[in-house]
Amino acid sequence: MPETATAVRELTFGEAIREALAEELRRDPRVVLLGEDVAEAGTAFKVLKGLVEEFGKDRVIDTPISEPGFTGLAVGAAMTGMRPIVDIMFGDFMALIMDQVVNQAAKVHYMSGGKWKVPLVVRATMGATRRSAAQHSQSLHAWPSHVPGLKVVVPSTPHDAKGLLKSAIRDDNPVVFFEDKISYAKVKGPVPDGDYTIPLGVADVKREGRDITLVATSSMVQVALGAATMLEEVGISAEVVDPRTMWPLDEKTLVESVRKTSRAMVIDEGYFRYGVTGEIASVIAEGAFYDLDGPVRRLGARHVPVPFSPALEDATVPTERAVFELARKMCNKS
Amino acid sequence: MGDTYGSRRLKPARYRCGIVDQPGGRLTPRFGSLCMTIATRQTAAGLDVDKLLRMYRQMTAIRLFEERVNDLYTRALMPGLAHLYIGEEAVAVGICEALRPDDYITSTHRGHGHCLAKGAAPRLMFAELLGKEAGYCKGKGGSMHIADPATGNLGANAIVAGGAGIATGAAFSSKYLGTGRMAVCFFGEGALGQGVLYETMNMAQLWKLPVLYACENNLYNEYTHYSETTAGDMLARPAAFGIAAESVDGQNVRAVHTAASAMVERARRGDGPGFLLLNTYRYRGHHVGDVAREYYRSKQEEQRWMTERDPIALHGEWLVAEGLADRATLDRIHAEVAAEMDAAVEFALNAPYPDPGRVDEDVYA
Repeated sequence: MPETATAVRELTFGEAIREALAEELRRDPRVVLLGEDVAEAGTAFKVLKGLVEEFGKDRVIDTPISEPGFTGLAVGAAMTGMRPIVDIMFGDFMALIMDQVVNQAAKVHYMSGGKWKVPLVVRATMGATRRSAAQHSQSLHAWPSHVPGLKVVVPSTPHDAKGLLKSAIRDDNPVVFFEDKISYAKVKGPVPDGDYTIPLGVADVKREGRDITLVATSSMVQVALGAATMLEEVGISAEVVDPRTMWPLDEKTLVESVRKTSRAMVIDEGYFRYGVTGEIASVIAEGAFYDLDGPVRRLGARHVPVPFSPALEDATVPTERAVFELARKMCNKS
Repeated sequence: MGDTYGSRRLKPARYRCGIVDQPGGRLTPRFGSLCMTIATRQTAAGLDVDKLLRMYRQMTAIRLFEERVNDLYTRALMPGLAHLYIGEEAVAVGICEALRPDDYITSTHRGHGHCLAKGAAPRLMFAELLGKEAGYCKGKGGSMHIADPATGNLGANAIVAGGAGIATGAAFSSKYLGTGRMAVCFFGEGALGQGVLYETMNMAQLWKLPVLYACENNLYNEYTHYSETTAGDMLARPAAFGIAAESVDGQNVRAVHTAASAMVERARRGDGPGFLLLNTYRYRGHHVGDVAREYYRSKQEEQRWMTERDPIALHGEWLVAEGLADRATLDRIHAEVAAEMDAAVEFALNAPYPDPGRVDEDVYA
């Protein structure tokens, strides 16, 4: 990892993202930000606060409420010499931009025989438990991960968010970058001052262990780490692996971890069915079958639209307790 | 828009313009003098005689290209289908002749005409249509996805209105980077049903982007007459955004060119996007396999357009009437283009298919 950064501070997840954007805007005049309320408002989550003051309205551009339109415009701008970053306020609006992302951005390079490139970043949010109901709470990162031509990033820590976002902006391919909106203010961590990048496609072992591998993405990394602490108290050593990118997927690190621990659980905030957990579980099953002591288990969002009432919503997302209970069962220590 | 070309009679000179077989090698108005033995000749209205002849040649090239596509299909030599541009040639040619070589276009599923008019090489297009390695997209795109950076072709697009975002974005880049490049978004009247078109038109006008929306009304949204799908006045739609809009006889290449030139000039100046409604006709079916068409339009209707409104015949007659060309000249153009197209087909038929091992290449840059 090219780490030239010096001082390390504690930043929130949101601050790390803003810092990455500011540094890339400073570094490369071709980088522009487009989206709804990105300028003075700094987005609904205030993540971009202050950027328009430094970079002006020509580079931090408020758009009409036209997600397909401004995403499509960004595809064309990316093809013709810019490095646009579009802001999709709620990941649920992926449904609105899927044609531009899937049929245009993802395919331009291939369809043109490699002649045109689309260096585009789509930043979108994900994550439930914000009491925002069914159309502002989904984690839809499995969708773009299904499509060849796209790269998909799901950072879990401020450090990773900054380094991965810089890589995404410098990448010559369309990258969809999912930010957990609960983490914006809640997750804090050390972030080096200055420039560093983290390559796309390299998983990170967030905690080493011997008895079980917990593969967790985005917000679920914190959940898995919390569960690992609980498991330690009952004598189970859990390893927590964060793939960090859905595609490219670091299959090697996942498989190696499970070969060592012999047990694997995959935890993800997306819908349980036909999603990330199923894909990663199959990668592990194919790569580490003869080292497994039992089937790979999965925890994901319940297969229901995200409900509004806290009493209902909290029942849809995997919790530390659920991970702990399942892991204990898998390790025969219940 | 009327015919603003002058009527001063000039003797036609030899020229060697039009489509040549190298990407980016097409001679364009800007460099027109390079291919002429004498200085630029102009009509009384100040228009380039060689350009008028080149437009004839370009339209002929599209027509003869498409006839060979149909032939390859019927002889089962072409995989899949193709959507022929026959009948609409004046639209692509009239507009592309108003552009610089480095200007951008986005095209459609019915895109061969746009690609050729912007300077694509027929042999590389035929190779692509046949799925050959030598094709513009190494056989990965096919008929509906011809793309070529060398001629500013951002790609033909098989999603209706799929080029709206891309063309508008290219215009955005042009303004941001100060390159002065224009973007033309070709689409059919069927695309008027797609919301993203209006979203991008709105931004183009808000930000005064140098983009021309070229709406080809060939009367049919695939197999359905537009009147069954389109409420109100088409031109009222761009007008609602304050976009300069104009309806043009799409069978008159000079009228198209004059209108497009004006739109391009004002857009390049920074006065914002334009919208042209080009009234034209698709002689053939929605695609090459759509041969029994009586359930949606009559043979008489088709016949009427072909005999009374053919853009190539009309322009040829005008050139002769104005004394800018004689019949023999036009016949020679036809023969030259036909020979070029036959050679291009031959090249494509003989070109090798891509190695199946290359299927995974070009997914990522």
